[in-house]
Amino acid sequence: MRELSGWGRAPRARCRLRSARSEADVAAAIAEGPMIARGNGRSYGDPAMSPGLTLDMRGMDRMLAFDADRGVLVAEAGVLLADIIATFLPRGWFPYVTPGTKFVTLGGAIAADVHGKNHHGDGSFRAFVDWVDVMDGAGGARRIAAGDPDFQTVCGAMGLSGVILRAALRLRPVTSAWIVQETIPTESVEAAIDAFEDNLDVLYSVAWIDCLSFAPALGRSIVMLGRHAEAQDLPRKLRRAPFEVPGRLPLSVPLDVPRLALNPVTLRIFNAMYYRLGRRKAGESLVDWDRYFYPLDAIGDWNRIYGRGGFYQFQCVLPIEASKAGLNRMLHEISEAGLGSFLSVLKRFGPDESRISFPQAGYTLALDFPATDACRALIERLDAITLDHGGRFYLAKDARMSAETAAAADPRLGAFRDLRAARGWSERFVSLQSRRLGL
Amino acid sequence: MKKTVLILGAASDMARAIARAFAADGHDIQLAARSPARLEGDRADLETRYGVEVSLHAFDAVDLGSHAGFLEGLPTLPDIAVCAVGAMGTQEENAAWPEVGAQVMRANFEGPATILGHLANAMEARGSGTLVGISSVAGERGRASNYVYGAAKAGFTAFLSGLRNRLAGKGVHVVTVLPGFVNTAMTEGMDLPGALTAEPSEVGKAVVAAVEKGRDVIYVRPVWRIVMTVIRAIPERIFKKTSL
Repeated sequence: MRELSGWGRAPRARCRLRSARSEADVAAAIAEGPMIARGNGRSYGDPAMSPGLTLDMRGMDRMLAFDADRGVLVAEAGVLLADIIATFLPRGWFPYVTPGTKFVTLGGAIAADVHGKNHHGDGSFRAFVDWVDVMDGAGGARRIAAGDPDFQTVCGAMGLSGVILRAALRLRPVTSAWIVQETIPTESVEAAIDAFEDNLDVLYSVAWIDCLSFAPALGRSIVMLGRHAEAQDLPRKLRRAPFEVPGRLPLSVPLDVPRLALNPVTLRIFNAMYYRLGRRKAGESLVDWDRYFYPLDAIGDWNRIYGRGGFYQFQCVLPIEASKAGLNRMLHEISEAGLGSFLSVLKRFGPDESRISFPQAGYTLALDFPATDACRALIERLDAITLDHGGRFYLAKDARMSAETAAAADPRLGAFRDLRAARGWSERFVSLQSRRLGL
Repeated sequence: MKKTVLILGAASDMARAIARAFAADGHDIQLAARSPARLEGDRADLETRYGVEVSLHAFDAVDLGSHAGFLEGLPTLPDIAVCAVGAMGTQEENAAWPEVGAQVMRANFEGPATILGHLANAMEARGSGTLVGISSVAGERGRASNYVYGAAKAGFTAFLSGLRNRLAGKGVHVVTVLPGFVNTAMTEGMDLPGALTAEPSEVGKAVVAAVEKGRDVIYVRPVWRIVMTVIRAIPERIFKKTSL
């Protein structure tokens, strides 16, 4: 038994934990009883913790083949995105889709069907997966190609349809390790949305929102656009070694920060400073891949800033037509409560149809709050606003939603529950989250 | 300079991490274990990640009579050989059935010492090479909780020390590695203290660094040097009453 939690460190539970190093280990674990696979523990809540057996997949971290003509990597599920980048960026390849941390496993990225700053143009992680090998308990592994209808019962299913063993991932050819970033400060969330809509042809876009400012500056934002730098974008000094970037100082949060340190005043100051800094950077700049995609990865264990009690992430997506109204109501609610989030991120999703994955056309807002009763009450009000505006929630972030809220937001969950029962997955693949949400 | 590194007992988590650390520096790898077919994934991994050449070889550490033949069967005598062979057994069984304990001693001492003995002779004849033995802090002092394993590792540590002494000045260097606690299949389920417990990748980096710098005896996490100094210093009449 080992105390486990997600990246948000709430909830915690003592779980039976074992490591898989081979397909045979996975088969043995599935045969034993209810279980769930766990990657690098970067989902925020309880989807990678099982009331039965939690199977740590990081021991299956072998890269098996790379097709340098097509840029297709075949690897076991426990390989980290960080390792894929370390191996292939020097050869001119980068993941097509990456979440905000490189410390996720390939299997985890598929199970959560993660998205990046380019969802509006490229779609989610699964769009670049050619096939997955899945063990679903009926015995043996099965290769499911992207065109197979069952592919969508794996991507985004949080491991509830079987254990992902291996996958083939297409990588993006790039000519440098640098990103040309354009920073656009805006005075409101409406203006941020307009900036997104004006730049749908730009590869990457994301906005940070100051969720503690009051009207008329409510929702003032820093919109950050980006594209991969080509040789002509680089100063001559960098052109000679376009894949080399300066190292980053290894920083880390060495201990749990007392909860008092993050209070409405310090949060307001932090958010205001962040906005000022962003406004000063307005315009174009050259940023290396690590700082651009993974600013928080530079601070090891940054999740400790919320103290031992941990924190909750909230992430919803609202349909485009409801976005301005819905986001404004949420920001009002947050600002009124004075319970601002440390980092609030807004992102435009493009059209996306799937059986269980999170993304759909619209705007997605991600927030984090200390795991206190007051914040929980606030997040429940945000749940209600999301439902009012026809939005839905990201299971990789969820740690506390009720089954009723989840079902009301996403009718696909009911169909998925029925599918799980019909295929015999309900008894085999069980997480604390699936139990809480009645899946 | 590109070298060839032989990893004995290549199926373990620690051995895999050591192989990766050497391959990351561009060295070719020979992986040796009882069932080499199970190492196909690891071969693919090293080739895909690092673009080095990898070969697989059948090696049974406890079949002492096969070791000379194994060495002759290698395509080239390696520049560096790492012995990561080992098995802990369970102390209860090792204590209850001394014959079972003897197998643990064979796997952790006789087997590793025999193959390193053959390698030492071949490297001495060539006049160059590095031998790395993965021993254990358990060999520093016998404790009730794992003295059979510890005794075998103590023997292995003494063997490595003597080998180093013998080969000094003959162009062959011997490194003794005392990893301390490591998060591996062998320690799975044990409640290990975080500050004293290394990841396999740390062991890999430490071994490569020790070989490059010509170190003699290394602890993977430096804190273990202090811990073991204290444990060794406790008088026996007190030590025998402790449960460490």
